[in-house]
Amino acid sequence: MATDSRQNADSQRGARQGRGAPASPVKQYLAHQRRVARDSARRLWQTPVATAMTWAVMGIALSLPVALLLLLGSLQGVSSGWESSARITAYIEMGVPLEKANELVLTVNGYGRVASVELIERGQALSEFRESSGLGDVLDFLEGNPLPHTLLITPEEGARTAKGVQSLATFIEGMDEIERVQVDLGWLQRLNAMTDILTRAAWALALLLAAAVVLVIGNTVRLAIESRRDEILVAKLVGGTDAFVRRPFLYTGAWFGLGGGVVAWLLIQVTFWWLSGPIERLAGLYNSDFSLNGPGLEGVFALIVIAMLLGWLGAWVAVKRHMDDIDPGDIAGG
Amino acid sequence: MIEFRQVTKRYDSDHTALRQVSFELDRGELAFLTGHSGAGKSTLLKLLMVMERPTAGEVVVGGQRLNTLPKRQIPYLRRHIGVVFQNHQLLFDRTVFDNVAMPLEVMGVSPTDIGRRVRAALDKVGLLKKEKMNPMQLSGGEQQRVGIARAVVNKPPLLLADEPTGNLDPELSADIMHLFTQFSQVGVTVLIASHDIALINDMGRRRLTLDHGRLTAGAGSQVMPGGRV
Repeated sequence: MATDSRQNADSQRGARQGRGAPASPVKQYLAHQRRVARDSARRLWQTPVATAMTWAVMGIALSLPVALLLLLGSLQGVSSGWESSARITAYIEMGVPLEKANELVLTVNGYGRVASVELIERGQALSEFRESSGLGDVLDFLEGNPLPHTLLITPEEGARTAKGVQSLATFIEGMDEIERVQVDLGWLQRLNAMTDILTRAAWALALLLAAAVVLVIGNTVRLAIESRRDEILVAKLVGGTDAFVRRPFLYTGAWFGLGGGVVAWLLIQVTFWWLSGPIERLAGLYNSDFSLNGPGLEGVFALIVIAMLLGWLGAWVAVKRHMDDIDPGDIAGG
Repeated sequence: MIEFRQVTKRYDSDHTALRQVSFELDRGELAFLTGHSGAGKSTLLKLLMVMERPTAGEVVVGGQRLNTLPKRQIPYLRRHIGVVFQNHQLLFDRTVFDNVAMPLEVMGVSPTDIGRRVRAALDKVGLLKKEKMNPMQLSGGEQQRVGIARAVVNKPPLLLADEPTGNLDPELSADIMHLFTQFSQVGVTVLIASHDIALINDMGRRRLTLDHGRLTAGAGSQVMPGGRV
């Protein structure tokens, strides 16, 4: 009979819809979602200070790892730029005559993957050194020229990776007349290794802070649930489904996320703007065109979407944990 | 409409709230549920709302066995049961209109339909002019009528009331009872838990009496003296 009456009720409702303004169930459902979303936003708006504080907490927690990751991303851009100017310096053994050195130039060129090979004659090297070091007088005391002929090898563009440069260096090192090969890549590798470590650390930090955000939102939503306890009770009594009762709080979480994401973005923009001057000066001192890259449009979008998802997740955790505690049996009285 | 078959409800401890209670209520029947406090009236109502499940026996509402009703089906069952409480459980953060509208909102009724049906329910309890007020501004009797409007706004086939006149003077109580009678006349099954003996005697309806969890009177659906209209 209950099923009968339910069917009756449904058919009555159907008939009414047929007569009145026709509204499809989907449209009605969406309209309901919109109403709930708006109502949740309005409630946040009514407690502006508390809401702003939650947004600020979330914004700070999110901006920290995001700013770090952006900074590291910018650094990686730098190292890849410098990698392209990587050069190999090969010192030829002292006794090797100039003709032999010229042959070596041809051999290295013949290896392929080489853009250019420049031979610096030992005499030329000495005079350059004399000029640049200012040690001319000291050099005069030396009996002969202590400097060897030197090859400056620039790898071809495709080979300007750490690996390519390394294999070229190994080849040159293997030649008889070469005393020593110096690749100015060590510091670059160290920088890369360091940014790798820092990137991982930043991701770990991001995960921790994301968890913190979920907990903060969870706790805030728990308070919201407590303050609307009566309403939840009544909604459950008159036949509100769990989804219906949950919905406003999930929207609340998402709105917290939206605000938190926007605050995080603003904080990043302000910080980067504040840092950009000194960083440009520093980069200028290193003859680098390094600059901080902001998050970009997609980045901001992703940041806000992720923040909203985290807020939603936090709300979901709170709702899952506390909604079942609110049992309409409590008000049925004894 | 309602059927209890040998229903026993025992809480964790030795406390047994209901012992082998059996009775039936027909469609459109109005009955009172009486007994001393702690006799099991509230437990019986809770079983009907599936706030509790029986330890033994069967509760059937509208042909549906509540013992086996899955948890996620409970909200849909409750949409067919209107409930009125002694403390009426109104929300003071919204208007009378919004309070009465809750059962419809829960069902996803469209706003235009909600307006029409809420006003019809408020009209029925004589509070149409107060729809925009906060329930806090209303008298006790009016608040109870708002509670009744909310209970009947989606036209449930079953109406439960737990001490609906508990805080009201006799005149207002009679008003409320008159409303309940009207609902039963249009086919709503009404079950009212009350210990207002004078009022119950005045009404002369079927009376289910609980004593320490046992149904001591009114189990059969025989007509009481001066009985059904």
